[in-house]
Amino acid sequence: MMIELSMIWAILIAVAVFLYVALDGFDLGVGILFPFAKDARERDQMQAAIAPVWDGNETWLVLGGGGLFAAFPKAYAALMPALYAPIILMLLALIFRGVAFEFRHHGRGLGAKWWTIAFSAGSMVAAIAQGFVLGGFIQGVALENGQFAGGPLDWLTPFSLLVAASLVAGYALLGATWLVFKTQGELFERARAWVKQLALFTALAMGAVSLATLGVDPRVTERWGLTMTSVDWPTFIKLAPLPILAAVICYLLWRGADQRRHFAPYLYAVGLFLIGYLGLAFSLWPYIVPFAMTPADAAAADNALSLMLWGAIPMLPIILGYTAYVYWIFRAKVDNDAAYH
Amino acid sequence: MEWDALLLSRLQFAFTIGFHIIFPAFTIGLASFLAVLEGLWLFTKKPIFKNLYLFWVKIFALSFGMGVVSGVVMSYQFGTNWSLFSSITGSVIGPLLAYEVLTAFFLEASFLGIMLFGWKRVGPGLHFFSTCAVAIGTLISAFWILAANSWMQTPQGWTWADDDTMIATNFIDVIFNPSLPSRFAHMVLAAYLTTAMVVAGASAFALLKNRALPESRMALRMAILMMAIVAPMQIVVGHESGVVAHEHQPAKVAAMEGWWQTQTQQPTILFAWPDEAAERNHFEFGLPGLGSWVVAGDANAEVQGLDAFAPEDRPPVWIVFWSFRIMVAMGLAMVTLGLWGAAAWALKRLDAATWYHRALVLAAPSGFVAVLTGWITAEVGRQPYVVYGVLRTADAVSPVSAASVATSLIFFMVVYAIVFSAGALYILRLIAKGPESDEPPPQSKQPPGTPLGAAIEEAP
Repeated sequence: MMIELSMIWAILIAVAVFLYVALDGFDLGVGILFPFAKDARERDQMQAAIAPVWDGNETWLVLGGGGLFAAFPKAYAALMPALYAPIILMLLALIFRGVAFEFRHHGRGLGAKWWTIAFSAGSMVAAIAQGFVLGGFIQGVALENGQFAGGPLDWLTPFSLLVAASLVAGYALLGATWLVFKTQGELFERARAWVKQLALFTALAMGAVSLATLGVDPRVTERWGLTMTSVDWPTFIKLAPLPILAAVICYLLWRGADQRRHFAPYLYAVGLFLIGYLGLAFSLWPYIVPFAMTPADAAAADNALSLMLWGAIPMLPIILGYTAYVYWIFRAKVDNDAAYH
Repeated sequence: MEWDALLLSRLQFAFTIGFHIIFPAFTIGLASFLAVLEGLWLFTKKPIFKNLYLFWVKIFALSFGMGVVSGVVMSYQFGTNWSLFSSITGSVIGPLLAYEVLTAFFLEASFLGIMLFGWKRVGPGLHFFSTCAVAIGTLISAFWILAANSWMQTPQGWTWADDDTMIATNFIDVIFNPSLPSRFAHMVLAAYLTTAMVVAGASAFALLKNRALPESRMALRMAILMMAIVAPMQIVVGHESGVVAHEHQPAKVAAMEGWWQTQTQQPTILFAWPDEAAERNHFEFGLPGLGSWVVAGDANAEVQGLDAFAPEDRPPVWIVFWSFRIMVAMGLAMVTLGLWGAAAWALKRLDAATWYHRALVLAAPSGFVAVLTGWITAEVGRQPYVVYGVLRTADAVSPVSAASVATSLIFFMVVYAIVFSAGALYILRLIAKGPESDEPPPQSKQPPGTPLGAAIEEAP
């Protein structure tokens, strides 16, 4: 059976977005955790833990956005104006975060302090804005003839606020597990404590978002076999492994931090995100603009999709290859003593 | 003029891309310069090249960072502000932008990590390879962006689909559209010149202050070599780009040249004050016939003026006319400075030519001015179309409220003002300090893990 080109591209873009979340998520998380560091030296170590890779990580966001434009121009045209405010907010926050990486070390006195705050606030606001985007996306957008036809603040609902808060907790968890992986000594111990607290927060937040998502559209509840009053067990059983697995991973995460594991907590945190992501995909299937457009409805012309596929087939493995290589080069823990000079 | 979402979106795009283009224009040239410096250092083992590399890589890191963040903004504005443009042209230029991400962005971003932080972790060969990968990445990126932008200037290889969107009939035609070769060459040369002017200005400044003399002399010579060769080439390529524009976008060229009437013996206008209401120039001073000769190779050729186009199909004349002249003036200044420097070098008077050094310091931003005004000429000259002759800008804008766009525009202006003035300050501070002639001490005051700290502490 031939899989439709549009479906291949939907999966590729979903993978790109997930890689963005898993990779830049820990960068943003480190920024979110910045205010909780003990002193300037610890903040420098935290930054050093992400400095060589953050730029590459952020590129997945460009591939996600650019890919959506290229492969699904109609979905892009429908979603972007609907999510205008949170997307602009995200871009502004990413500007501050991105330049603060460099500027922190060029500023003097107040300047340095300001860029440290800008880095942290930028990371926090970017995470919140992405939560608004995700929340607004899941809710669906008002369309007329395939164009956005709603108001500028449609995305702002209790649901999107909940999603934003959850994403901040989740990114902070990713950041904390990354710090466990990349640091040693005092900061390592502190990061372990963060992981334990944030695992709990994230678990609660995921549960809350999952329940709230059921209320977004009857089609979601139907997909999960749940209504307010009854449970369609055969349907629910098929999807039940997801929440159960999430609970197991939360426990493993907690135990991993307790047992002073270095890399495992990060992998568990990514696993947690993956389960949330898959759960969302099942809930919204088969829509690319929830409850309005499927990938086939929104897709670019076939010749555009196949041209891009011919580029993506050789390029994506190459990109993943050198990305992995760069991570391998910088695999060592951040130098603990370097700051004492 | 109504302050609606269309006008505000145009202002927002002009503002954000105006800031953005400065950085790629600089980093494309600087990345190549760094690759040459590192190559020379590997080959000759002379510390002078290492010192220069370590100096300019700091400035590169700052500029590249600002280029990346302002570029991410651009990639989302197609959707937020120009959603109809996105849905109509997505099947044609979407793949070009996707190829840019796949072939260039990841390459640059990944190897930048090794370039800035990899001194202790990889060997010199691999480090050099990373610098080259970043340099090549910037050029590939420019190719795809210019392909997409040139297609918007001279669209071909497409047709209308049933749902009133565009589809490509031939992607080779789309990518290699008529204006791509000359516009890509024009942009890359502009980037090299921009960098050469900054390097020349910074080196001249250091020489005037008697700082890092061997390094500054070497960098000055490299910049002059680039200016003397590339600035005259740029005039030729720019002319070629103008000829292509004349063939495909006659209204743009008429606005650039200030030609109101279709006539034989079109002049080359040196000075004029175009008046769009009266459809004529005030205070016009021109060389009759030269215009016709330049675009058609014959002074008696009849060349279209703006009167050949309905008023609603003409670009804003005043902006295009003046931005074009400023760009040309900058180009001529660069040619002059390149030749002046080459002559002083040949006469062995380069290092003592203080007036020349002062002129170079003054001319350091000329490349940026030329790039900006050139971009304005190209993009405003394309109006009122977003895809020339096919899709009007007014039919491309998103269905968002003017209030949303106004708010975001104000935020962009405030944020860019803060971020880019700080960036400019830090770059100017570095330039004022100049390169180090001595091996920097291993105990740097820089905190660990920073680009500067890492580069200085860990450099072999």
